[in-house]
Amino acid sequence: MNPLELVGAEPGPAFTVTLDGREITALPGQTVAAALWAAGVTSWRATRGAGRPRGVFCGIGVCFDCLVTVNDRPNQRACLVPVRAGDTIRTQEGTGHGD
Amino acid sequence: MATERPHLAVIGAGPAGLAASLAAAAHGVRVTLIDSAAGAGGQFYRRPPAGLGARRPEALHHRWRTWRRLGDALAARVEAGTIRHLADHHVWCVEPVERAELVVHALLGPLQEEPVTVRADAVLLATGGYEKVLPFPGWTLPGVVTAGGAQAMLKGGLVVPGQRAVVAGTGPLLLPVATGLAAAGVEVAALVESADPKAFLRRPVALAAHPAKVAEGVRYGARLLRHHVKVLPRHTVVAAHGEQRLDAVTVAALDTHGRVGPGTERRIACDTLAVGHGMLAHIDLAESLGCRIDGLNVAVDEEQRTDVPGVWAAGETTGIGGAALSLAEGHIAGRSAAARLTGTRPDPHTWARAARSRRRAREFFAALDTVYAPPAHWTDQVTDETVVCRCEEVTAGAVRKAVDELGAGDVRTVKLLTRAGMGWCQGRMCEPAVAGLAGCEQTPARRLLARPVPLGVLARAGDPEDD
Repeated sequence: MNPLELVGAEPGPAFTVTLDGREITALPGQTVAAALWAAGVTSWRATRGAGRPRGVFCGIGVCFDCLVTVNDRPNQRACLVPVRAGDTIRTQEGTGHGD
Repeated sequence: MATERPHLAVIGAGPAGLAASLAAAAHGVRVTLIDSAAGAGGQFYRRPPAGLGARRPEALHHRWRTWRRLGDALAARVEAGTIRHLADHHVWCVEPVERAELVVHALLGPLQEEPVTVRADAVLLATGGYEKVLPFPGWTLPGVVTAGGAQAMLKGGLVVPGQRAVVAGTGPLLLPVATGLAAAGVEVAALVESADPKAFLRRPVALAAHPAKVAEGVRYGARLLRHHVKVLPRHTVVAAHGEQRLDAVTVAALDTHGRVGPGTERRIACDTLAVGHGMLAHIDLAESLGCRIDGLNVAVDEEQRTDVPGVWAAGETTGIGGAALSLAEGHIAGRSAAARLTGTRPDPHTWARAARSRRRAREFFAALDTVYAPPAHWTDQVTDETVVCRCEEVTAGAVRKAVDELGAGDVRTVKLLTRAGMGWCQGRMCEPAVAGLAGCEQTPARRLLARPVPLGVLARAGDPEDD
């Protein structure tokens, strides 16, 4: 049993987005974080100081650990932002402003 | 005329905000329900978006019938025009203005750059809570998530972060998280609870008075058995291991003083750790309004009024107590606000049932609170290298140095000396840890704004044409 089966999900048509250039399949209504988890990815940020990997922590928009760059816009909370067809998602390095 | 009815802004569409909105709207008040999520329900009734086509979302919930009743009633009120529901609105401040009016400042999601303001005659704060997590070595590794976070991602996104999980920490939330993950196909290797839940069973007063809660506990126990989840009471996670992501945790037994028993450590392979140590209330909006805070919660009277005129509060924000308490408090707050805004005398007899259920729920949670607690000596396990402030990457060693060598005696001074609590989350994640390491009580943070606001929005807020 997986989560989709558990709730008898009949999702709308899947679509493609990219993470660092790699194609990932996402479902309509999912957040960026959910799409990345479904693709087996759990980190998409390197911290400013030690460059350590981070991903979802609180899952409800409070902790800001899941910051990610979506369509060239850095510092988006992956757990809040809905994923859209064709999104270009990039692992965020540090502040995400290239400094 | 409908437009001449007094106007109540309810902030938060979880159980408390929903109950409040419905009660107020039923008693002659125009309600604007403002919430950051795409759909009503709050964290408790977080549901998958329509695009995922879930035919049985109730498989991940309990008390689903209550949600159906609330959701249907909200839809009917929205249809009738007595409640306006502003979804995807992130409130960052509530400001009192002249003529007994309040202005609610929000940002439109998901980008949170465009401002929206709502003027109202009164405001009801139902902002809920978030999870408290105490640090341990390795807690910043990907794969380590809050227990509530794992549940939110599962309920809302129908996703899980791995295949083999340990659920750990303390508190009643761990039970639905463990059973939810197991039902969704995750192998739950252990439920590690630092308290001894059996201690609760030894409280006959609490038990006898709350048979429904006992039945709920029994149901969770049966589900844990069915999914072969091993329960380790009086145990704690002392470290999480892995390089780029979690691959194991070390758990250990606690002695009667809450110290890790030497030689009791054992390693459990897992790719997911869902961990939580209780809940904290969102009180920022109340704090910036100047409401009296009692401990870490908004202080309210019998009618759920704060001490600031025109401001009510209900649900977790007045003290953590679960969905049933939130519903009761929300109902009372909504009734009180409606009465006072329409110039009728509030009659507590008309909400006696809600008042009784409020009293009982508070009593039950007070009893729970005496049982569920993090290990008394949790700081012993926090090595100097452990990152405590996740945003600013401040270590426990730096916090200890600020306390031991630089004389910091409170969270605020530690923050000024180390930057712990100065990052994106504004200390929400690390405050309990910093307070514990500094050996002081956690006190209200007095955050002026409830979330990050673009400077341009801040500069324009207050312009009359802003509305």
